[in-house]
This record gives sequence, C-alpha cells and structure tokens, in this order.
Amino acid sequence: MRNPPPLDVDALIDDPATRIIVCCGSGGVGKTTTAAALGLRAAERGRSVVVLTVDPAKRLAQSMGLTELDNTPRRVKGTRGSGELHAMMLDMKRTFDEIIEAHADPERAQQILTNPFYQSLSSSFSGTQEYMAMEKLGQLRHSGEWDLIIVDTPPSRSALDFLDAPERLGRFLDGRLIRILTAPAKAGGRSAFKLLNAGFGMVAGALTKVLGASVLKDIQTFVSALDAVFGGFRQRAEQTYQLLQASGTAFLVVAIPERDAIREASYFVERLAEERMPLVGLVVNRVHRSQITTLSAARSAAAAEELEARGEHPLTAAVLRLHSDRMQLAARERREQEHFTSTHPSVPVTEVSAMAEDVHDLDGLRTIGEQLGTGRPERTEASA
Amino acid sequence: MSARDTDWDGVRLHVVTGKGGTGKTTVAAALALALASGGRKVLLVEVEGRQGIAQLFDRPPLPYGERKIAIALGDEGKPNGDVYALAIDPEEAMLDYLEMFYGMRRAGRALTKIGVVDFATTIAPGLRDVLVTGKTSEAVRRKDANGRRIYDAVVLDAPPTGRISRFLNVTQEVAGLARVGPIKHHADLVRGVLASPETAVHFITLLEEMPVQETIDGLAELQAQGLPHGGIFINMVRPQVVPKAALDTAAKGRLDPNDLVLGLKAAGLAEGESQAETIASALAAEVTEHARRSHLEHRERRALARTKVPRYELPLLADGVDLAGLYELAECLRAQGAA
Repeated sequence: MRNPPPLDVDALIDDPATRIIVCCGSGGVGKTTTAAALGLRAAERGRSVVVLTVDPAKRLAQSMGLTELDNTPRRVKGTRGSGELHAMMLDMKRTFDEIIEAHADPERAQQILTNPFYQSLSSSFSGTQEYMAMEKLGQLRHSGEWDLIIVDTPPSRSALDFLDAPERLGRFLDGRLIRILTAPAKAGGRSAFKLLNAGFGMVAGALTKVLGASVLKDIQTFVSALDAVFGGFRQRAEQTYQLLQASGTAFLVVAIPERDAIREASYFVERLAEERMPLVGLVVNRVHRSQITTLSAARSAAAAEELEARGEHPLTAAVLRLHSDRMQLAARERREQEHFTSTHPSVPVTEVSAMAEDVHDLDGLRTIGEQLGTGRPERTEASA
Repeated sequence: MSARDTDWDGVRLHVVTGKGGTGKTTVAAALALALASGGRKVLLVEVEGRQGIAQLFDRPPLPYGERKIAIALGDEGKPNGDVYALAIDPEEAMLDYLEMFYGMRRAGRALTKIGVVDFATTIAPGLRDVLVTGKTSEAVRRKDANGRRIYDAVVLDAPPTGRISRFLNVTQEVAGLARVGPIKHHADLVRGVLASPETAVHFITLLEEMPVQETIDGLAELQAQGLPHGGIFINMVRPQVVPKAALDTAAKGRLDPNDLVLGLKAAGLAEGESQAETIASALAAEVTEHARRSHLEHRERRALARTKVPRYELPLLADGVDLAGLYELAECLRAQGAA
C-alpha cells in the first residue's frame, strides 16, 4: 500500500496563524467528537479555543463537564495548561433573531420576528442551519476573543450543503423571485401583479395555487421588511465564503474506514479543491489494528481450527478466531482507505483507533487528541 | 401474497431510519428484497439524493422514475418477486405535484426558470419533505385498472433519526407556511397515510451507545406524534466466539496469558517461550478490548429490549456489503419474521 503523508495535527493547532478549523464529513463518522478532541488538545497546548458545534450529542456536552450547550460559549473546566477551551452549540433561531435585532430598528425587528414565514424560515429551513453556522463563525472570528475556532459542520443531506446554502439563501433573497414577490407590496397592493407581464401573471397564479394567497402575503411582507433592513444577504454570504477560503482556515475531512464514508470523503476533498478551500488532511476514525501483524488471519484461523479439531485449548482457539476476524477487518479497512489514498495520494492522513466505549469525559477526549497528534493508533489496553 | 405470517403483515409503507453510519440504506434494501420474496412487487425509495441505492446494487445513478433494480429470491432460491427503485428528486416531485393536482406542467417549467421550484424545494420550510413523503404515499396508494395496488409494499430509505420526526410530521412542518390552502390539504392527505396502520417506522441501530440512545429517543418522539413504529433492526452484530466465562475474566483484565502460551505452543504458532509470551500478551489485550465491547453491547441490547419493540439482528458482513451480502441479509430478515 502506498502510504499517505502523515497529517501533523500538532503543527496545525500549534501554529498561531491557524485561526479556524472546519471539520466536515458524512454523518456518524465522529465529526463532533473530533472537533471537541482537537479543541481540548489545542487548549492544552496553549491556545484559546472555542468549539462551535451544530448537533452535539448530550453525552459529548457532558464529557466536557457542561450540562448543556447553548448559543453562548461556555468555559470548559478541568483543562490543563495555560490555554482555554470554550464550547457552544449553535441555536439557529436565536442566531437569526440576533441578526435581525442587530440590524433593524425595534419596530421593524418586531414586524419581522412575528411574521409566520420568518418563524418557519428561521427554525426549519433546511439551509438555515448551515447559513447560521457560517454566520456564527463569522461573528466569533470578528469578536477576536479566541485565537482558534473549531467548527463542526451540520449533518447535511448532501456533503457540502454548508458551502452551498448561504449562496442559495442569498441568491433567493436577492433574486428575481423575490423582486416579483415584493413588487406588489412596493406598488402598494396585491393587485400590482397586474403590472407584470402575462408570463409573470401565470407565475403569480401558479404560486397562489400552490402556496395559497395567505402564504404569499406573509412572504411578501417578510421580504420587504427584511429588504429594508439590510439589502445584501448575498453579500454576507460571500463574506463568510471568503472567510473560509482565507489563509488561517483549515479544513479537516473526517471519515471512518468504510466504503460510504470514504467515498463521501473523496467527494469532499474534490469539492473543497473546486471551491479553493484549504484542505489540510483526512482524519480516519474508528480504525482497527492489531499489535501482532505477524500472525496473519489465515494462519490464525487455521491454528484455531486445528485446536478445535483436537478438542484442545478451547480458550486459545477462541482467541485465535477473534484475532483472525480482527486481522480480516483491519485488512478490509485498509483496502477501503486505499481507495482514498490511491486517488488522493498527497492528502495527509491521521488515524484514531476504534474505542470500546464512547467518550465520557475529558480524559476520553484527551486520548483521542493524543492519537490525532501522533497519527497512529497507540496500543490501547495492551500497554496499560 | 404468500401465506407466510410475518410481523408486519398489512404494512404497506416501511419507513427506515437510523443514525448516520448504522447502515440504513443497506437494511432498507435488504428489507425490500425480503418483502419482495414470494412473488411480490416492492418499491424501494430514496430521498436524500445520495444515489445510495444505485451504488448498493452496482447500477448507474437512478433517473427520476421507477425502475426494476433487483429480483428477489423465493424459498427454493428461485427468482420470485421484483424490487423497483426510485430516487425522488424534490424538483421533479414538485412538477409532478403541479401536474397531478393542477394540470400545470408547463407552468411548472416556467416556475423552474425563475427559481420558484428551487425556492419551494430547498428554501420553503418543510415543503420539500411534504413533496417527498407525498410522492411516496402516492406510490403506496397507487392502483391498477382492476383496483389492485401496484406495489405490495414500499420501503422508504428515510432521513436519519435526528430528523425523522420532523420529516414525517408533515402537518406540523407546513403549519408555519400554510394554515389553510392547497399545501395544507396535501399535507393532511400525506399525514393520513403516514399515521395509518399501513405504515411502520423501523429504526436501524448498532450496539453502541449513541445509536441506541437515538433509537430510544426517536421511538418516544414518534409515539408523541401518534406515528406507528415498526421494529428495531440491530445491524452489524458480531458473532460471539469467546466463551462467556472467559469474556468476563478478560473484561476485568484478569485473563491469564499462560493459558494462551500453552495453547499457542500446542498450535505450533510459537517457537520459544519468549515468542509465545509476546504473542499471548498481545492476544490477551485484544480479548480484553473485545470483552469490554461485548459487555457494552450486552448493556445496549438490554436497553433496546426495554422498549418492547420487536427486534431483529443482522450479522456484520466480514467482506463488507456487496450484492451477495444484501441477499444474505434479506434471507436473515425473512428467517426472523421481519418480512
């Protein structure tokens, strides 16, 4: 197997020029845990870190000694060394509300905040979470309070929604459709649809049929109120986008050594390259390895079979079977990983070994952090 | 219809969810194969735009249309039953919807041009989900000229557990968008299918803490919403090769490597004493790790048992999931009465 260059995580987090680390990957690969472990390691190596998570398991919050995570960064206690670790969870509705409150006079803000369309847009639009995550990232960056921000990306339905969503929302809010929708309001009444040409008339008719007239009206009021507050959602979207491309930002792709996750990882890497986003490497979680690679799966299984046939040493036979399975699994995982390394040979890789249990405390995060730093799974129980 | 009794007779819509990484798509596909067995016709639906079904069945990406993708095997291993697949594209579903209810396909195309469909499917809250579940329930209800259902069952590879109740709670989803009007009406129709006894929502999990917790939480949420649950499918279960007594000893870290030293020598795997000891202690460490995991799995299995929901186990496929593996899993589901 062609060995990928090792990913030097410690160099990355120690470098004061590194200001933002974005962890991305498909669902269920341990993205959030990776972000938290990285954050802890960076803090314990002297950085002042905030981890922005989008969808944390309750247990992860607990592992950092926080009963809950909310929209405000909370200090994590019990970290070693001079650095600091803060953690927060994105509350997308709160973040959206704050943008409105910050940019509108109280009366107008009220008008927007109580609009039914705004309420659903801010709490359940499939792109709002991505948009607000990026917005929050921008806020944290500009506050200058932390010298390292680590963010894990939303579990999007398609890999890089968080890159596309701001653009999409911006495009929508700035777009032709909105101009059509707001035209009547600006002209002083819904009948203003008549001002539009026949094609648009058909469109308006269809919209009313599909959405219903009341929805259309909600959207119109919302958009015109918002438009007056700040024209240029797209501009904001572009700013966050540029922030991601800037030097000082580092993308880490997270995966596990299984086909789907590796395929997604490859896709991520390609998309990031297309978007000229600075990729620093791949983290492969939940890797199985063995300390005794000299004892192959086949030899181990054959020996087990022989012991079983002779009816001797049943425990040794069972243990050999177990080892054989483990070697087989390790080989399969390596093959899956090779799919990635053969197509992306220059992407640095680090690995974290599979743990028997989930992370429950800072020690657990620390162990993962150590592996991220050293790049190769250490002996687990064997050396303990 | 076969005469075999299964746990989900009468269910026509199988919604499959699970935490990311639990093998949701794989189990959905295996379930579709299992349900089709016995000469039935089953539709496997994908909604996340990942083309996971096509990859699983080694096919090029699915177009928006129902295509036959696999043949199910009957009791004697003879071809018997068909699995069709459909990857729902929200935009196309939107155009379908416009045509079906308003006869407006051309207007729909015009809407696409100015971004209305883009808006409706990606930006309007909940609308996308209503379109997708709407298309699925249309396939469930669809009948031929003789009034017989086209599909005996539909299997929906749904969004992950974290989003499932929102996804299925269509009425709630569009409530902010439309309290009255055509969308609300459409959502109510879909809700009627989802909340009926013809639907079952299955959870895929692994014997690990987070997926199990999400399964338990997901079941509670479903119940709160009055949606019918199905079974729990425990995926990637490892075979138990080490005797329980040894596991218990190992979990405490008290496995005696000397036993292994003797065994290794007897098996001819170690030449000298020191080599045997090295291998033995490394193997002992592997067993200890395995034992801790087994204990955890045992605990998670008990937690799942407390839900009183029917449970099925699927083995970890040593060589990964390929077409042969899918058929193996399907057979395994049939043997346990899941289909």
